[in-house]
Amino acid sequence: MSLVTPDSGLLFWMVIIFGLLFFLLAKFGFPIITSMVEKRDSAIGKSLKDAKEVEARMSALVEEHSKMVEEARKEQSAIMKEAIEAKKALVEQAKVEAREEADKILADARIRIAAEKESALRDVRREVALLSVSIAEKILRKDLSSEEAGAEFISKMIDEAAKTSDKLS
Amino acid sequence: MKRLLLILLAFLVGFLPSSAQPQEGEASADIDIPSVIFSHIGDSYEWHITDIGEKSIAIHLPVILYSKTSGWHIFSSKKMEEGQYGDFVFNEDGKIVEMVDGAQVRPFDISITKNVFSLMLSSLLILIIFLLCARWYKHHDVLSESPTGIAALMEPLVMMVHNMAKENIGEDYRRYSPYLCTAFFFILFNNFIGIIPFFPGGANLTGNIAITMVLALCTFFTVNLTGTKHYYKEMLNPDVPVFLKPIMPVIEVFSALMKPVSLTIRLFANMLAGHIMILSMVCIIFVMAKMGPAIFGPMSVVSVLFGLFLDLLECLVAFIQAYVFTMLSSIYIGIAREKG
Repeated sequence: MSLVTPDSGLLFWMVIIFGLLFFLLAKFGFPIITSMVEKRDSAIGKSLKDAKEVEARMSALVEEHSKMVEEARKEQSAIMKEAIEAKKALVEQAKVEAREEADKILADARIRIAAEKESALRDVRREVALLSVSIAEKILRKDLSSEEAGAEFISKMIDEAAKTSDKLS
Repeated sequence: MKRLLLILLAFLVGFLPSSAQPQEGEASADIDIPSVIFSHIGDSYEWHITDIGEKSIAIHLPVILYSKTSGWHIFSSKKMEEGQYGDFVFNEDGKIVEMVDGAQVRPFDISITKNVFSLMLSSLLILIIFLLCARWYKHHDVLSESPTGIAALMEPLVMMVHNMAKENIGEDYRRYSPYLCTAFFFILFNNFIGIIPFFPGGANLTGNIAITMVLALCTFFTVNLTGTKHYYKEMLNPDVPVFLKPIMPVIEVFSALMKPVSLTIRLFANMLAGHIMILSMVCIIFVMAKMGPAIFGPMSVVSVLFGLFLDLLECLVAFIQAYVFTMLSSIYIGIAREKG
């Protein structure tokens, strides 16, 4: 039966053609495909692993970041509190200093006013003295036209002046 | 589906009157079913494509013979149409023999027969497809692009075989993966091409024992020429009780020799049986034509439906047989590569 007896011609061709096919595909076909796909698979595996690592690192970073934000906020509020206190203290101090300054200025002014007043009084007194002298002169000029009256008045004046000089000395 | 059946039935009934009353002496009346089937599953020197009227359309393939008495002969099979060319005639198996002194002598025959031609075409197809695939991988960066076209189509199958080799063989699977891939795709492509009923398909290549024998012998030599010391130790001097010592090597060697035989027969018988079943279903139509419209009509529907069913089944078998052959080969190689 020809169905179950292998035909020599077909065997011959099959060995040659299959051998050739195997040689060509084993050299230029399958190894290239499989090595490339394996390369891609390993690259995908590696990038998946990397992605997981990066994710872990990212979450650690996020945690750190939020911690830092929390700390910064705390610090900020502390600084704010401090600043407010410092401001208060500064204002208080400024008030105290201003009061002191004002007091000092007032005291100075008072002293100067007193001095001015003194000198003004002195001036007035001098003016009054001069005026009174000139008035007295005028009066004298009129009254001293008569000699005895004049003499009498002069002596009286001298007495008085002597009295005041005594008092002064 | 129901409507489809009705249309099919109406179509068949429409043809009934002409074929239901066969004229006397018409060839279709006494059709020789076995010879039709065997001519489809067997080999031939020409590739018969179809008949248009009386005219037969066929590709006449070259006949190459080496005779011990008259040397090399190369001629077209067209010259054998009369049944005789010089000293060459057909024997009862349809093979060319040389008449030497009144006796039939079979010359060394390496003619490009229908199967050889189909083998060349399918091998060329496989070669082109996988070289195109490899070309894609050479010209593209796999790390930044996913494969397209033919590479995307073939990559899953190639990787399926490659991973099968990895699982069954172990560390040095890379050495064997190309052979397993070649065997797998060779069987798969030829199985499918065999199911296609018209030219350039239809040759029963994987249902031919010469083809499956070469494939199985390739596996056999791969297994036994690359076997480890441990494999041969297990085969010739296994750790068994003393009274089994003389028997075990005999059984082991016999089983090693039977492995390629089982591979050969499994693939050959599966594909041959599939072809015969489909052809038988188609032939029901021609057998029933004689029996009148009442039987012929329904039986044609049955024949078409069963033919469709068997065709689909064969598509499944085509893949399964390729897979089984490759898997068994990889398991045999894996056993031979065990290192104690």
